[in-house]
Amino acid sequence: MARQKLKEIVIDRSWCKGCGICVHFCPTKVLEIDANEKSVAVRPEDCICCKMCELRCPDLAITVLIDQGEDNEK
Amino acid sequence: MAIQDYLRQRYFPHMWCPGCGHGTILNSLLRAIEELEIEKNDLVITSGIGCSARISGYVDFHSLHTMHGRALPCATGVKLSRPHLNVIVPMGDGDALAIGGNHFIHAARRNIDITAIVMNNRIYGMTGGQFSPLSGPGVNATTAPYKTIDNSFDTVKLAIAAGASFVARSTAYHAQESTDILKKAIQHKGFSVVEILSQCPTHYGRKNKEGDAASMLEFHKKNTARIGSKALEKNPDLTPRGIFVDVDTPEYCAEYEKIIAVASKEKM
Repeated sequence: MARQKLKEIVIDRSWCKGCGICVHFCPTKVLEIDANEKSVAVRPEDCICCKMCELRCPDLAITVLIDQGEDNEK
Repeated sequence: MAIQDYLRQRYFPHMWCPGCGHGTILNSLLRAIEELEIEKNDLVITSGIGCSARISGYVDFHSLHTMHGRALPCATGVKLSRPHLNVIVPMGDGDALAIGGNHFIHAARRNIDITAIVMNNRIYGMTGGQFSPLSGPGVNATTAPYKTIDNSFDTVKLAIAAGASFVARSTAYHAQESTDILKKAIQHKGFSVVEILSQCPTHYGRKNKEGDAASMLEFHKKNTARIGSKALEKNPDLTPRGIFVDVDTPEYCAEYEKIIAVASKEKM
C-alpha cells in the first residue's frame, strides 16, 4: 500500500484547550503547543497520517485531511 | 460525514477541562456511530448527572438529560415505547454504580437492548473531587485526605454477574479499540456494558500526583493489557481490556412483544 500523503492538519483553535495529548503521542513530533497554549502543526512534512492526534483529541479540534487524489476525494 | 457534523456545534468548545478523557470517549463514540451509518433520528442518548452526562447536550441526536443515576430507567422507558431506536447511555462511574447502582444491575438483569457506557475516571469531577465506588483503596480525594480505604467495584465482573449479555472494557488511550468495541456493543441485541477508563487531570490527576493528561494516558497504556495477551499472562495485576462476554440471551423488548401478542389474543 502506498504511503498516505497529508493534505492538511486542520486544528480548530477556538476548540483546542492546549492539553498536549496530541503533542505527546505524535510518533513523529509534528505538533507543538504555541505561546497561546494551542496546538499547532510545526512539521507537517513529517506527518505519517496515523491520525492518532485526531482520534485522541478530547476537544474534537483536530482533523487530518489526507490527499486522496481527484477521483477519491471526501 | 465528518464527526463534527454529529455535534451541536453551538455548544463548543465544550465545558470539559483540558485533557479530560470524556472528550476522547465522545470522539470514539461518534466515530463508532459514523462507521455504523446510524441515522441521527434513529439514535437516543440518555444521560444522568455529572461531567459524563454533558454528552447528551453536545450530540445532535435525540437526547435526554435526566436525573442523577436514573438515566437507565429513562432509557428503558424510551426503548420499551420505541424498540426500533438505538439507545445509548453514557454514565460516569458514580452515576452508574453509586447513585444508579441499583438501576444498573436491574437493567443488566432484564437484558434490555441498551448500550451503557461507564466512563470511569475514578472520581466525582463535577462536584470537586470526592472519591467514588470505583476509586479503590489508597487514593487521595477531597473526601479522603488520608487516602481511601474502600475497595472498588469491578464493573466488568459486576455487569457479568448481573446478567449483561455484552461486557467489555477499554481506555481513553486506546481510542481505536474503544471505537471497535462500541460498534460491537451498539450492534449487540441485549444489554451491553462498555467500561472505558478515562482520566480526570483536574481532580484525580492533581491529587494523586499522576501528572498531566498525557501521563495519565501513559498510565492507561502501561497498566492495562488485552485479554489473552502474553503481557497479561506474565503480569496478572494488569487491568484486562477487551470483550469479556458476548452472548445471545432473550432480549427484554422482544420478550415483551411476545407477551403483548399473547395478551391481545386472549382479549379477542
